[in-house]
Amino acid sequence: MGVWQSYRLRLQRRRWRIRAFRKRRDLRAIANRTDRINPSDILLFSTQRNEALRLPYFLKYYREMGVDHFLIVDNDSTDGSLDYLADQPDVSVWTTPKSYKRARFGVDWLNWLQMKHGHGHWCLVVDPDELFLYPFCDTRPIRALTDWLDASSIKSFGAMLLDMYPKGRIDAEPYAPGQDPLEIASWFDAGNYAITRNPKFGNLWIQGGPRARMFFTEEPARAPALNKIPLVKWDRRYAYVSSTHNLLPRGLNLVYDEWGGEKASGILLHTKFLDTFSAKAEEELDRRQHYGGSKEYLAYADGLKDNPDLWCKWSEKYINWRQLEILGLMSKGNWA
Amino acid sequence: MSVGIVMLVHTALGRAEQVARHWTRAGCPVVIHVDRKVPQRAFAAFREALADDGLIRFSRRHTCNWGSWALVRASQDASELMLSAHPEVRHVYLASGSCLPLRPVEELIAYLEERPRTDFIESATTADVPWTVGGLDEERFTMHFPFSWRRQRYLFDRFVELQRAVGYRRRIPEGLTPHMGSQWWCLTRQTLSAILQDPRRAAHDRYFRSVWIPDESYFQTLARLYSTNIESRSLTLSKFDFQGKPHIFYDDHLQLLRRSDCFVARKIWPHAERLYQVFLGEGARGASATEPNPGKIDRIFAKAVERRTRGRAGLYMQSRFPNHGWENGRTAGKYSVFQGFTELFQDFEPWLARATGAQVHGHLYAPERAEFVNGQRILNGALADSAALRDYNPRAFLTNLVWNTRGERQCFQYGPHDNPKINWHFAQDPNAQISVISGAWAVPLFQSNRDFADLRTEAAALQKIEAKMLDELRSPDAKARIRIWTMAEFIEAPMEPLQIIIDEIGQRATRRLAEAPRLADLSGFGQFLQNLKNQGMHPYLMGDFPVDPAPRHGQRPARKPYLVRK
Repeated sequence: MGVWQSYRLRLQRRRWRIRAFRKRRDLRAIANRTDRINPSDILLFSTQRNEALRLPYFLKYYREMGVDHFLIVDNDSTDGSLDYLADQPDVSVWTTPKSYKRARFGVDWLNWLQMKHGHGHWCLVVDPDELFLYPFCDTRPIRALTDWLDASSIKSFGAMLLDMYPKGRIDAEPYAPGQDPLEIASWFDAGNYAITRNPKFGNLWIQGGPRARMFFTEEPARAPALNKIPLVKWDRRYAYVSSTHNLLPRGLNLVYDEWGGEKASGILLHTKFLDTFSAKAEEELDRRQHYGGSKEYLAYADGLKDNPDLWCKWSEKYINWRQLEILGLMSKGNWA
Repeated sequence: MSVGIVMLVHTALGRAEQVARHWTRAGCPVVIHVDRKVPQRAFAAFREALADDGLIRFSRRHTCNWGSWALVRASQDASELMLSAHPEVRHVYLASGSCLPLRPVEELIAYLEERPRTDFIESATTADVPWTVGGLDEERFTMHFPFSWRRQRYLFDRFVELQRAVGYRRRIPEGLTPHMGSQWWCLTRQTLSAILQDPRRAAHDRYFRSVWIPDESYFQTLARLYSTNIESRSLTLSKFDFQGKPHIFYDDHLQLLRRSDCFVARKIWPHAERLYQVFLGEGARGASATEPNPGKIDRIFAKAVERRTRGRAGLYMQSRFPNHGWENGRTAGKYSVFQGFTELFQDFEPWLARATGAQVHGHLYAPERAEFVNGQRILNGALADSAALRDYNPRAFLTNLVWNTRGERQCFQYGPHDNPKINWHFAQDPNAQISVISGAWAVPLFQSNRDFADLRTEAAALQKIEAKMLDELRSPDAKARIRIWTMAEFIEAPMEPLQIIIDEIGQRATRRLAEAPRLADLSGFGQFLQNLKNQGMHPYLMGDFPVDPAPRHGQRPARKPYLVRK
């Protein structure tokens, strides 16, 4: 990696930051409680659109984990979720009617909020359908993890996206607000992930799982990326590049060991495939606001019509993080 | 007679206060050193909170950075204060603010009472221990270290290189043999005062001031001068990871810590509510005279370090993606690749499954789909049989398959029809057992009912591909267990090589094979090869076939005599 390449990436990072700064005008504060943030607080950033159904469990899950404050961008919701968020004592919420796509799928908005409020904090960036798991999460709060990362001089923590799905038709069991989505979507693919290295940003590029197996058998290269780096000790000079898949400066993407060892890592349980999915997929097809011309949703709509069952004989049923560790999907690294 | 505690504190003052009170409740005097980096106001509050306790004193404050001389200064000052203020103290125990006593203090007092002349200090010569991080063992005593390893790593490294390059060596003061070890010790008054009141102390201090990480070597070295009875271990349970920073204990370590029978553990996470509650609580366990036994904790942390440095063999995942050559096992287990066997034998796969008990797949890299065992469309770990998915990353397909089926031997077929990209990966993998009958691809052609012109073209293409595959297998970099026979060679005596392969797979108790796979009917095959030659396409990979060989069949093993028991 030459000086020239480094310089270009530095320019690129600056471009994303300027872009985020300009996109701040998109956002209108509905409830700004950021003055209550303490210097050592752990912050969660998210974008959401019409997720009223999921938000109660989402907030509960992360509050119990030890997240201190939520900063959420609402993209033109019509289901009352904005009011719900504005009523929460530990949530700051902004709203925008602007295009999700033009804000690079929300990255610009969150880059801005993180630049403004995340500096010096451990920041977790997740979607409302993602549940973060880390080693020992059943016995230790997230502060134990961030304290350990601080002590180890680690600035970013990777967590692969693991698609969860129900057994049987996706729409067979309705999801109720406040319910643990894992009661319905409790199955996952344990060992069909393909990894390559992204030479430009240094991150790994992981594809596979049920989505690749069901919807992308003809075009595996188009299968969605599953690598994510959701937990970062933020500095205002940092910028996410594409979703939370990778960020700049490049060193933050090195959440994997190259010399045979295992670094500690977590999992984002992706509970997208609930009964709400089909309606969402249809809506997103109309709006065309998702990545790659919503190719993913096109593929889903096709695949789900014929065979809405992602489950197969070799699917694993989720038990806990230790199971995922044994299966080799995440690792304790040297945290014991 | 009593034990005095010297506490070095820099964060979590609340916890330090709790622990200090725990010590004094048992009658142990405590001298606390608070890092100068702690803000004055916080320090004042801390001091105020402990003011009511007459057994607690505060020593002169120093600014302590990791591995700095100030840490030794702080220990010296606090120890001096302890010795002068409490003449009844016989042992001085150096602890930190994040240390937690695990056993009742009375047990510690009794333990030391029984060993009044013993100094507990881990102390080893640099040549004999592999502890050092950063590769500096002896050199830490013979160089200058003006730059911080943590904050000025670049300058630190360059300055070390410079000193190496010019061959600079400091003189070690006369009479000193450098020793190092855990910085948490427990010394007798005699030894400690001898170190502190040594007439040469100024010289020693001057020397150690620019040794690297003096807090791990100052007392460890000097105790060797004066102590009559060194027990080279620390009474504080403190484990270090591969970067040399201490492991941290959490609530879920409670049972482990209880069973360790250690007196003091470090380092405790300040928010480990339960640990503090249990171990500082009144309901301490009944006195037991057991020796500390940290064995189980040692194992857990040793395993954690191994996972971080070596990882799990054959696993490729989000936080383990080894560079070429650093895999420490390219795949998770042994597997066998067979080339040319299904062509030559009519029922090879079921036979192999019976003979070995392994899972026997068809051609996993076939162009249409991965032919999993029993025609399954999906395999362990939800591995799909789609050829496109597989060929998108053929290596991941293999490593996933072997990882997902850990514990069950995998065998599969391969050949010149299949995706050739994976061949080189097999060849480099010491876990692979590759058996090739070269030229056997000609048998299906011979048996097929197709135009000879087509057959000729295809034979030429297959021969070219297989020749390239064989070149890869014969490369000096190939590390697999590779056996290659020409077809002519193989059918001379097919049972022998089969026996070797089966024995090496070694799933079942080694016995002579009772049953041979059925050889394809080869009458006329020699003529078929001759026809190809006559058309100008010389098949050479199958070896020398006579034009009209006598039809052969697999040799049946001689029947064994059997015994009839009553």
